[in-house]
Amino acid sequence: MRALTVFWNILSKDMRSYYLKPPNISWGLIFPLAWTGMFFIRSGVGLESVPELLPGVMAVSVLFGTTSMLAVTVTFEKKHRSFERLLLAPIPLELLMLAKTTGAIVFGVANAFVPVIMAAFLMDLSVVSWGTLIPAVVLIAFSSTFLGLFIAVSVSEVFEAQTFSNFFRFPMLFLCGLFFPIERLPVWLRPVSYAMPLTYGVDLLHESVRRAGTMPAVLDFGMLAAFCAVLFAVSLRNIKTKWIL
Amino acid sequence: MSGGSEPVIQVEGLAKHFDGVQAVADVDFEVREGELFGFLGPNGAGKTTTINMLTGLARPDSGTIGIAGIDCSKKPKAAQHLMGVVPDESNLYPELSGFENLSFCGALYGMDRRDRRERAGELLERFGLDAAAERKFAGYSKGMKRKLTIAAGIIHSPPILFLDEPTTGIDVASARQIRRLIADLNAAGTTIFLTTHYIEEAERLCGRIAFIVEGRIVRIDAVGNLMRLTEGRHVVRLSVSGGAAGLCEAIAAEMPHLACTTTGDGDIRVESTEPVRVGPLVRLLEDSGAEVFEARRVRESLEDVFVRITGIEAGAMKQEKDRAKAGAGA
Repeated sequence: MRALTVFWNILSKDMRSYYLKPPNISWGLIFPLAWTGMFFIRSGVGLESVPELLPGVMAVSVLFGTTSMLAVTVTFEKKHRSFERLLLAPIPLELLMLAKTTGAIVFGVANAFVPVIMAAFLMDLSVVSWGTLIPAVVLIAFSSTFLGLFIAVSVSEVFEAQTFSNFFRFPMLFLCGLFFPIERLPVWLRPVSYAMPLTYGVDLLHESVRRAGTMPAVLDFGMLAAFCAVLFAVSLRNIKTKWIL
Repeated sequence: MSGGSEPVIQVEGLAKHFDGVQAVADVDFEVREGELFGFLGPNGAGKTTTINMLTGLARPDSGTIGIAGIDCSKKPKAAQHLMGVVPDESNLYPELSGFENLSFCGALYGMDRRDRRERAGELLERFGLDAAAERKFAGYSKGMKRKLTIAAGIIHSPPILFLDEPTTGIDVASARQIRRLIADLNAAGTTIFLTTHYIEEAERLCGRIAFIVEGRIVRIDAVGNLMRLTEGRHVVRLSVSGGAAGLCEAIAAEMPHLACTTTGDGDIRVESTEPVRVGPLVRLLEDSGAEVFEARRVRESLEDVFVRITGIEAGAMKQEKDRAKAGAGA
């Protein structure tokens, strides 16, 4: 019960202080809209391309929506020492960091469904396999958030977190199979692609929207879960060794 | 409140180094239940590092920390519910109001909604902040921020409170109010571990004091025992024109039983184990070409004891700290 009280209060404070602010809400809406527009212009095709574009727009919305928030909720609070209040609370570090990241996960999932709502007016969504799509989005949000956490605890300034995020985000964007199928990438780049969590998330989204996944869904889910576990564990270890000196 | 017999904080052989610098070395002390224990030392002496290790914000290289019988060097989380911590900077959330900050801090200790709202209201009133309860913390004055930070440290009514420089950088009225609150908390039974560079504050509030210099404790004693070191010492302080340079040599030559030093503000300080006769001393200085504006007998304070034990000029220590704070705030 006490753990639940702490978890809920950290989450609701972050939601009120960061996520539910008008700039973030508008960012959460405008960003997927802008990506959708860019993809349409690029493809130069009509509404029949919406199912092809949807997985990519969803994945990008989650990736950018989650990774950018941790720089504020974690790095900023660490810099201004309010994070010390959380470290002094008699709660396990694992619970504390889950509470700090859940807001970003919820924000990322909400971001992913903005393009889905838009797509509802443009395509027949009855073809979508929701049983695959929803857990896929949630796992992409978890893995992207934990990547953001890993970045946030590796730096000491907010601007460093933003810069460092791009070091991961843009290669992932281009190598995850969103713009080019992985089979068309140079052979030496393919291992890099398979070392990125978004690759497996995008594959699941392609499968659930267009039945066009290239890997078994079990493998995709397993790899995403493994990335979540490793990134969270490494982030916790970094907090213990770098912040609790 | 004087301490009971049970130690609630027990530290043995505590050591910590950062980047090749020994921040804390072989520190041992005990704080008894209900005691107000002062930790005094100059900037960089290891006070905050020690507090961080005691509260679980830093890991000791070696040594043991016991908080109410719990081994905090191994399991810091297990004792954190017993502690309130007020850091040297007011680190509450700027975007939350005073009331929301206290309520949130209560929630971190698992307090339910009704209890923490009641306690937050009670503390805001007690600290004179009830009129500003709904204002954002970012808009508070320094003194108000400090008071709210202390209130946040005791929201869960901890039996042990760590206060790191609670009155640094705030106005005199707020500092007086905070000192009164600290004394009241201690009188109500809270064990308090206080670091400060205001020696007169430690003298007024603490039952026992540890002096720490360059990471090592050089003396731990009751304030009464430390003050006894001033007994049988006679001190005269003289303000002279044109500075004190060369005058101590003249005093040493003519009155070798007197120990003479110059103070940070250019006065001459003369001390002896026998009563000092002011008339001959003033005449000697005037014969040496100085004009004496004022000569007064001084009752030695804890500050003098600190200087004698540590060899550190207390005024310089305070100025150094204030400069560091001003630099950080700029």
